[in-house]
Amino acid sequence: MSDQNRNKVKGDSQQTTRRQFLVDSARTACGVGLLGLGIGVYSQRAGALPANALRPPGALPEMDFLAACTRCGLCVRDCPYDMLHLAKMGDDLPMGTPYFYAREAGCEMCEDIPCIPVCPTGALSHELTDINEARMGLAVVSDEETCIAFLGLRCEVCFNICPIRGKAITLEKRHNERSGKHALFIPVVHSDACTGCGKCEEVCILEESAIRVLPNPLVQGELGSHYRKGWEEKSKAGQALVTPDTEHRYNLPEGVRYEHDGEGLIIDDAESPDPNSAIDALNRGLGE
Amino acid sequence: MIKSGEIGRDAIKAKGWLGAHKWLLLRRFSQVAVMLLFLLGPLAGIWIIKGNLSSSLLFDTVPMTEPILFLQILATGFVPAVDAIIGFLIVVLFYLLVGGRVYCSWVCPVNLITDAAFWLRRYLGIRGGARFSRNLRYWMLAMVLILAAMTNSMAYEMFNPVSILHRGIIFGVGLAWAVVIAIFLFDLLIAKRGWCSHLCPMGGLYSLLGRFSPLRVRADKREACNDCMDCFVVCPEPQVIKPALKGAGKGIGPVISAAECTNCGRCIDVCSEDVFKFGLRFENQIKVSVVKDKAH
Repeated sequence: MSDQNRNKVKGDSQQTTRRQFLVDSARTACGVGLLGLGIGVYSQRAGALPANALRPPGALPEMDFLAACTRCGLCVRDCPYDMLHLAKMGDDLPMGTPYFYAREAGCEMCEDIPCIPVCPTGALSHELTDINEARMGLAVVSDEETCIAFLGLRCEVCFNICPIRGKAITLEKRHNERSGKHALFIPVVHSDACTGCGKCEEVCILEESAIRVLPNPLVQGELGSHYRKGWEEKSKAGQALVTPDTEHRYNLPEGVRYEHDGEGLIIDDAESPDPNSAIDALNRGLGE
Repeated sequence: MIKSGEIGRDAIKAKGWLGAHKWLLLRRFSQVAVMLLFLLGPLAGIWIIKGNLSSSLLFDTVPMTEPILFLQILATGFVPAVDAIIGFLIVVLFYLLVGGRVYCSWVCPVNLITDAAFWLRRYLGIRGGARFSRNLRYWMLAMVLILAAMTNSMAYEMFNPVSILHRGIIFGVGLAWAVVIAIFLFDLLIAKRGWCSHLCPMGGLYSLLGRFSPLRVRADKREACNDCMDCFVVCPEPQVIKPALKGAGKGIGPVISAAECTNCGRCIDVCSEDVFKFGLRFENQIKVSVVKDKAH
């Protein structure tokens, strides 16, 4: 091919280049866009955290966490108890992110929280410095039918293992209706103290734990923002904020009144004679 | 049909087997060494480096963060903590100096798979297959960042074979072996050098990083080229060689300056005439004698 011909062909191909360029670009953009759509949809589907998988202490809310976590596993490495794992491909978890299952091994709540400062991005928030402020989840006594405390047996293992013993889980005494004479020692979880470390679920003596630690948004209720507790508002204001309380007037016999603060019926003359007692009748007779 | 044994035969004759595989061996050593350094902690309890290629901590002090992850975090709108920023700058600075795609050829574990697929492809004489533009990786890179911004998460990390494979090796394999097989088969049967040289968005980002890197392969003795074509056959990005090797007449200097060059040095190995060597990007002028020759 002579130089002249080559130049001509070259010129022609440059003519088509602009059109070809636009077509190629559109085709590539379309293909890559479709792939992106696929990955996007897949990641949203496969990116959901199962309810029993918990994040390490200080983890940002799940949406932010997935934006910030590089999946490097440094938190896993610096956990002295090896209870954190990185999700493997094929696990039912967002790939490569750190998690733990409370039933397998709960967080030991190290005072220096070594998993947090090592996180390079702050997906585990560096602002958390007091492990008692961590909220990895919230314990829930999820099955009152199998928890042996409700059967009237002494257990209290969850109460005793709790790292914030006596605050996050307390024992509430209730009457044992079955035996009629014993007490039930019912574990009650308090969200203001529970860190969701998962030790209670880990040690529950049942085959399947009757106390579970779940992500807070799954278990916590929330009062309507307009909701006011009248008794709190009243004590804050020092007086009733609605129509002033008028004292209820009971139609009671003379010498008897009603105490609202728990005492109930009060008979003013505590020594008042019993009309059915013979001795009282005698005394009455003597007195009058 | 080209059998793999025939490539570099002249070079082996001229320089001996070791001489004709020097950079390949060094590169394999580097890839395995990086892997072993990461494995030394979990396997032997010697913690020189901790984490994985996504983010790591060297000697418990020097942070490193994978640039494509860092950019994805920024795309989601999250402002990462200072360790990640320092780690990102360290990695970027390193690859700005040595050439971005040094990551691809000297560090990335996927390169071992795709090189194996390429070798087998040549050995079996498999030709053809899907053809993609080599610019596809930049489109992929854009897609990855847009996806992060749109989903508010690192969506590509559910798919990224590089981080899936490396994390699999260090933290437990799971189904990561499926990714290995997928990439291997893709490169073997569907597209020649398909993943690393066309599709991988990390390769795209590292290409951008290496655009002005001082460390480059130079075809200083290009007049000695005997047109055996071995360098073009072994090169993962053969389009980068042509201007430097054959561009003397067009006034193009001997430095392989294209950003996509991975600085793997395989062309240096297979050249029996020692045309190529590692050097700096500067002094890229054409020798006067050459210009005179072609100037008529």
